[in-house]
Amino acid sequence: MKRLIRLEINGRKHEDAVADNLLLVDYLREAKKLTGTKKGCDGGECGACTVLIDGVARPSCITLAATCDGHKIETIEGQAKNGRLSALQRSFHENLGTQCGFCTPGMIMAAEALLRQNPEPNEDAIRSALGGNLCRCTGYVKIIKSVRAAAGAKT
Amino acid sequence: MSEPMPPFELSRPQTVGQAVKALNALPEGRLIAGGTDLIANMRRGLVESKNLIDISAIAELHEMEFGKDGLRIGAGVTLREICNDMRIRADYPAIAQASDGVAGPGHRAAATIGGNLCQDTRCIYYNQSHWWRKSNGFCLKFKGDICHVAPTGRRCRAAFSGDLAPALIVHGTNIQIAGPGGTRRVAIAELYNEDGSDYLRLAPDEIIIAVHLPAFNPMAPVVSAYEKVRMRGAIDYPLAGVAVSCRRSNTGEAELQIAVTGTNSAPFLLKNVSPFNAGDGLDNYLADLSKLIQKQVSPQRTTTAAAHYRRLTAAAVAQRLARKLLLESSSG
Repeated sequence: MKRLIRLEINGRKHEDAVADNLLLVDYLREAKKLTGTKKGCDGGECGACTVLIDGVARPSCITLAATCDGHKIETIEGQAKNGRLSALQRSFHENLGTQCGFCTPGMIMAAEALLRQNPEPNEDAIRSALGGNLCRCTGYVKIIKSVRAAAGAKT
Repeated sequence: MSEPMPPFELSRPQTVGQAVKALNALPEGRLIAGGTDLIANMRRGLVESKNLIDISAIAELHEMEFGKDGLRIGAGVTLREICNDMRIRADYPAIAQASDGVAGPGHRAAATIGGNLCQDTRCIYYNQSHWWRKSNGFCLKFKGDICHVAPTGRRCRAAFSGDLAPALIVHGTNIQIAGPGGTRRVAIAELYNEDGSDYLRLAPDEIIIAVHLPAFNPMAPVVSAYEKVRMRGAIDYPLAGVAVSCRRSNTGEAELQIAVTGTNSAPFLLKNVSPFNAGDGLDNYLADLSKLIQKQVSPQRTTTAAAHYRRLTAAAVAQRLARKLLLESSSG
């Protein structure tokens, strides 16, 4: 069965008919062509598909699109404003927080949720907020450094 | 894990009554709240349902209320809300710690307390892809007729792995359940069976709607803690999880309640825990406690860690928490 959902994605309103079993990650990638959100484990274990739902980081591969009716979704594509990278994007770039880049959209969205709630997180808070995001390249050191640097830049 | 999501019809009731009615009309229907357990299991072909009933839009399930009789937490309150609530952290610390230990932050933002109580039991022969299980001849829990963990046994040994249940058990929690005949309340331990494939004592058309915790009494405070041991620091289930609560009487005697998850098919309260008297000597008391817990847990080969390791782990965690709480409560 399909149902009509109305939601906001990166500040723009959308209205779509979606199948009941459509996952949010597939809706974003296939229907909206927002392929910045990655599919990693596809089972809620790696965090690559993390997006913000009403400002809170959530894995989109274990979220039904139908349950996002009326909510605000933010993806990596909405982070740069007027061609300028967000503080986190810039910081990941400058601090080598990205290697292969596959986990980066999820990392940045999880870190974005953290910095909105806690603009000056200590390392424990950063580790905890990124606890659901796996990276197989960096060893996390540069990622944590990137988030710290972005927090400094924001405050 | 990239099997497509199987087709189903989703209904979104707005009240508990509508949800019960929907379950009653669809005996094969399954409830979905946060979906963190169910969706992953559906994609592995572990749950076959053509009808999902999404209870996340039912407002009353999201209510949390501190009253004279205690704390009522609606079944739809998320684990994130629970571990961020300052009152729960202060008065029922084991519950906040257990919530904080579940999966990763993204899961906790979606997962609910009711969902965690109903979380499916786990086993290395069960939480696998369809082709893996099929090539192994399936198992007692799903479409098979043998338990690969205990082939001579006649029941499923999958381990209950929810973190919240033991913390709620040591705080004397009651569960409120709604069904076609109205609501009923049971002690949380009565919610579970020691059977991995039939671990919940809920009728197919019943829904957990709330948990009720006794009021915090500042004159006789209960201190508590929860800790789990797992393979990795986040997004992992407990190899063993232990909750301990401690109440001091006027005479200085301390009464401990200890509950365990991750080792058996049901979370359970440890039996025959004797009260602690300072004269007993803490080390002797903890040594006896270790023996008691090792005798009562029964971990099986359901995880990649050895069963004996999990037995020792449960005992070590219980000792650590008991020591901490006994020292804390005596200094307080």
